Amino acid sequence: MEDAIIETKDLTFSYPADEGEEPVPALRGVDLAIERGSFVVVLGHNGSGKSTLAKTFNGVLLPTGGHVYVDGMDTADEDKLLAIRRTVGMVFQNPDNQIVANVVEEDVAFAPENLGVPTEEIRRRVDEALRLVDMSAFVRHAPHLLSGGQKQRIAIAGVIAMEPACIVLDEATAMLDPVGRREVLTAVHRLNRERGTTVVLITHHMNEAEDADRVIVMDDGRVAMDGTPREIFTRVEELRAMGLTVPDTVDLLDRLRRDGWDVPLDALTAEACADAVFAAANK
Amino acid sequence: MEPILQIQHLTHTYGVGTPFQRSAVEDMSFDVRDGEFLGVIGHTGSGKSTLIQHLNGLLRPTSGRVLLRGKDIWAEPKKIRDVRFQVGLVFQYPEYQLFEETVYKDIAFGPTNQGLTGAELDRRVREAARLVGVRDDQLDKSPFELSGGQKRRVALAGVMAMEPEVLVLDEPTAGLDPAGRENLMANIRDYHRNKKRTIILVSHSMDEIARNVDRILVLKSGHVLLQGTPAEVFARAEELLSAGLDVPQVTRVARALRERGLAIDPAVYTVEALERELTALREGGASC
Repeated sequence: MEDAIIETKDLTFSYPADEGEEPVPALRGVDLAIERGSFVVVLGHNGSGKSTLAKTFNGVLLPTGGHVYVDGMDTADEDKLLAIRRTVGMVFQNPDNQIVANVVEEDVAFAPENLGVPTEEIRRRVDEALRLVDMSAFVRHAPHLLSGGQKQRIAIAGVIAMEPACIVLDEATAMLDPVGRREVLTAVHRLNRERGTTVVLITHHMNEAEDADRVIVMDDGRVAMDGTPREIFTRVEELRAMGLTVPDTVDLLDRLRRDGWDVPLDALTAEACADAVFAAANK
Repeated sequence: MEPILQIQHLTHTYGVGTPFQRSAVEDMSFDVRDGEFLGVIGHTGSGKSTLIQHLNGLLRPTSGRVLLRGKDIWAEPKKIRDVRFQVGLVFQYPEYQLFEETVYKDIAFGPTNQGLTGAELDRRVREAARLVGVRDDQLDKSPFELSGGQKRRVALAGVMAMEPEVLVLDEPTAGLDPAGRENLMANIRDYHRNKKRTIILVSHSMDEIARNVDRILVLKSGHVLLQGTPAEVFARAEELLSAGLDVPQVTRVARALRERGLAIDPAVYTVEALERELTALREGGASC
């Protein structure tokens, strides 16, 4: 790929095994290029390798075979680790484990302060980061009194304040309720749109992939599918075989097609699905 | 038949006398029928968690009463421990509460505290393990060697082994992937079918509630907004949506089809039912 922010070459990874046991590979040869500025969703069931993959993207895990390049830097190169972590920021599942300060703005300022960013610049970055995640009104609040979705947006703001070129969210919505999930998704889509930050979102919620540029499905440590949301979601049988569910809209269209209806499979939203069914009903 | 639980004018106020005083549950009344599978849905902040902590006496009402089989659970405060054996509560992420050396001992902890020993204890542990799909050879393992989904099953089995009359589950599938969610819900349905005991399922997921329960209680800001069968509740999709709650995706499609003039039953909420409706419409000929 012309302009890849992250590139993996024949990437394999095995977690260390107990004595006398064979290590089980979590990644079995992954070749991927994540295009700069894109919004990519990685789907897969538990144990598919999706979270392991995410953790190789900024050197939290180092490959046991093959390579991961971040902006051309090999993540195995220890001298580059700091630069790599500044380029790719990570947000994890549990917001409570990612908040360090007693006041929202101090929490968001934590990373840039550690990087030695000048005070006025920190002020600007913190305000901008909180604006992007729509949390400006909470600048002096105590993080522990916020909801899960709000806390997760503070964690994201903390990563944004480092101004990374890419942000990786490793099941960052899994512990949130539907409202919190929507808040976080809105924030990262805005970050992608307004700042051109590359977003890699790891999830098992199908519907979070609806607005992505690209969907990658992981299964058994390999890339099983790679395409646009429409291309992926219409492969109903294959998704089911991998333990993933298809959106109810696609399920309905799939059943109607079997019943002899002339409807497309790729009407993902309720409105689009209703349009397709209505058109076919009037034929 | 007498309801197994009656919630009467329940109010719970946190921080009384401080600037943070707030009623999380306010004048709430409803019944839970013996043997039913009841779903409770509502936003974060709707009062769900506060409510369920009253059902087994972890919280004491600021005012109002909770009756278990017609008897106020706080009539004799010293006996509140008995209520906790009759109403079993499984919190969110219960796998964080495992602590014993083996899976077997962890499941046996609750029933042992109830005073069970010997063959009856063993039967309870093995039966609960089987119900949640924990294999016999896993019983001697450390619970910490298991995967996240398996740990959660063990924690659930620990409460099921107490054979409570009412099992209250707070977001049992949170954080699991779709296959894990469906497996766990199948285990819970099996338990309900085999034991004929009352289950109260608290969930954020309308789709999960729609597929599993007999009756739904919708909470909003500490009040009961709606209650009824899934068909009755989802037929009032407008009210749910205006309360900021989700409706199942199928209900959204059905509403959109009605808006376009198709005579679809507003109460459909499963893919199968909507498929049947559409097939019947087509065979009936006239669509508009």
